[in-house]
Amino acid sequence: MPLKHLQSGWFSNLRGDLLAGIVVALALIPEAIAFSIIAGVDPKVGLYASFCIAIVISFVGGRPGMISAATGAMALLMVTLVKEHGLQYLLAATLLTGVFQFILGLIRVGDVMRFVSKSVMTGFVNALAILIFMAQLPELNLKIEGVSWITYAMVAGGLAIIYLLPRVTKAVPSPLVCIIVLSLVAFFMKLDVRYVGDLGELPDTLPVFLWPQVPLNMATLSIIFPYSIGLAVVGLLESLMTSQIVDELTDTTSDKNREARGQGIANVVAGLFGGMAGCAMIGQSVINVKSGGRTRLSTLTAGVVLLLLLLLLNDLVKQIPMAALVAVMVMVSIGTFSWASFKNLKVHPKTTSTVMLATVATVVWTHNLALGVGVGVLLSALFFARKVSQIIRITSELDGETRTYTVRGQVFFASADSFAAAFDFKEALAKVVIDVSHAHFWDLTSVGALDKVVLKYRREGTEVEILGMNEASATIVDKLAIHDKPDALDRMLEH
Amino acid sequence: MSIVLACTDGSLYAPSIYQHAAWAAARLDAAIHVLHVIERDEHIVGGDLSGSIGFDANAELLAELAKLDESHARVARLRGKAILDDAAKQLGGDVTVTQRHGSVVETLDEFEEGAAVVVIGKRGEHADFSKGHLGSNLERVVRSAKIPVLVAAREFKQMGRFLIAFDGGPSCLKAVHHAATEPLLRGLECHLVAAGRPDSDLARSLENAATGLRGAGFTVTADLMQGDPDEVIAREVKLRGIDLLVMGAYGHSRVRQFILGSTTTSLIRTCQVPVLLFR
Repeated sequence: MPLKHLQSGWFSNLRGDLLAGIVVALALIPEAIAFSIIAGVDPKVGLYASFCIAIVISFVGGRPGMISAATGAMALLMVTLVKEHGLQYLLAATLLTGVFQFILGLIRVGDVMRFVSKSVMTGFVNALAILIFMAQLPELNLKIEGVSWITYAMVAGGLAIIYLLPRVTKAVPSPLVCIIVLSLVAFFMKLDVRYVGDLGELPDTLPVFLWPQVPLNMATLSIIFPYSIGLAVVGLLESLMTSQIVDELTDTTSDKNREARGQGIANVVAGLFGGMAGCAMIGQSVINVKSGGRTRLSTLTAGVVLLLLLLLLNDLVKQIPMAALVAVMVMVSIGTFSWASFKNLKVHPKTTSTVMLATVATVVWTHNLALGVGVGVLLSALFFARKVSQIIRITSELDGETRTYTVRGQVFFASADSFAAAFDFKEALAKVVIDVSHAHFWDLTSVGALDKVVLKYRREGTEVEILGMNEASATIVDKLAIHDKPDALDRMLEH
Repeated sequence: MSIVLACTDGSLYAPSIYQHAAWAAARLDAAIHVLHVIERDEHIVGGDLSGSIGFDANAELLAELAKLDESHARVARLRGKAILDDAAKQLGGDVTVTQRHGSVVETLDEFEEGAAVVVIGKRGEHADFSKGHLGSNLERVVRSAKIPVLVAAREFKQMGRFLIAFDGGPSCLKAVHHAATEPLLRGLECHLVAAGRPDSDLARSLENAATGLRGAGFTVTADLMQGDPDEVIAREVKLRGIDLLVMGAYGHSRVRQFILGSTTTSLIRTCQVPVLLFR
């Protein structure tokens, strides 16, 4: 890290960063525990991951002020791996995820983000919010021992505290007050409800360096490989998306590829210290900015304070009733969901809404955010191709025995058929002139279509002349060498 | 035609910055380009430590932050306009004015291509005079600039003689080379002062520099003096009635500077004359 950025990158906003870091650390505890439970591992795995990732990313990340830790999006992808193969395989997968992310960062995957459209991103956050909410449902299932009407009452009370307290005072984190109040109520009334302590081990020491206990062979790799790919993709997507949100909020820029590499490093470290894979958190990052956090110091503070709190409060954390966590997680899912997207369903074009809904549906159905994004990106590409394929117009003029067809617009795989259909082969002519100097032939399909048209006319005994093929097919080349031919773009738009 | 960049923020130093820029432009036969940078004032929403997020949390926060920035930025822009109008009036003639958002360093980075020298004030609008503090941007600008930086003093005085604080380092040799080859300092009386022991490398290097400058047509007084460079230079500047101090800047890393302090910073602060810095 260049030293000259030390001041602006770390210490330009001391008070705001320290306070925001503390607020975030307090909010991270319930989330990390809740996400560990989603993944099916001990709460300590999520907590170790959270502070490892937060601390490492504060140094190596590309977006100052963004919060990364154990997340729901990642936890959801690990469920079956943990269930079928156990924690050690999860740690190995986390390590491999980090390696993938680092490599993706090196090959500048951040630049590929532009292919993920806004509707896909909205779909992503909505799906994520729905999944986080659904993950709370087991805690509200009356068939489970310890869940009763008391649980419902506590969750309702917790939500009331979270949302009403800020109207009275904004000086204390309301989710924290919710947790403390509900814990005290449960403790003093000796309520028979589920507690965090019932769900597994909490950390009582600093994390230790540990190589995952898995056999190093192809069998292991074939187990963890698909999970790692999914985790790497989802982690980067959420991280880069969150960094965009923070960019917008703070009106600053960030280095997306450095962020991708940083996420990789952070996950490698998390995996080696017994933590699960994580990524940037939308909700927490918003909370951080809202509380006044701006620089790397806020992220570091969050990680360090989280570590200290856990070591100090280990026994107390066990006493937190699950209902309190459920209330916090409901808040997180409400804050993550894009409520404006409901309103936008009416206003936005149908294709846009379809992409968003398809993304959400795929994720909710498969519980895999990566698949959802894949479907979303594919659909938006198809819709785009369809839209552009409409930009084609073919006019013709008869001059004695010669007909001149003038083609304008975009000819490519999606519009090749309508291109071919515009010619009247039944007409008996001596000569046909096809003027394509105002058209763009984007791919081989379109050139093939033109060949077919020419062939058909020949068979009818009509002479065919093509005008301007060179200009039209200039677009077939994959990349217009605009930088060494400054007028290339103008020429292309002109003809 | 080359360009003299002048960075102004409308502080007390502004008139002097324009005069220094005019001086440099006249000597270099250059045009003047006045830059005013609207630096981002972080208006951090503080006090909300509730840590709770509600419906459309990020859209709401974005709207709130944007509104806050908007009101401040509008005032800053109008103020900048007035500053630049004033600059154009004071300089008259061939002056380009530009207003940009961003940081001074990144803006200079954008504009320094084709520029011969950049003029900046010793202190900015926020600096505290009584403590002799330097402007917060000064060091950052000097460290990142690829062209010489002329640091304007509080008042502009006609330039008669300049002193090169000689330490034999590469940026100092660059200063000597610049003096010998460029028209900026041509015809002024030249003093070369180094602090160190006689018959060291420094002494030989000093002699070489003096010969070079004499060859370029300067009247040179070269002296090797005993003592701490900071004190020697500051004393000689005062004693000899020097009008311009020329030196290499920030030869050391930030870490070293943090521990040992910087000769550059202390000289800019103590000498009451403009300083021409080379990196």
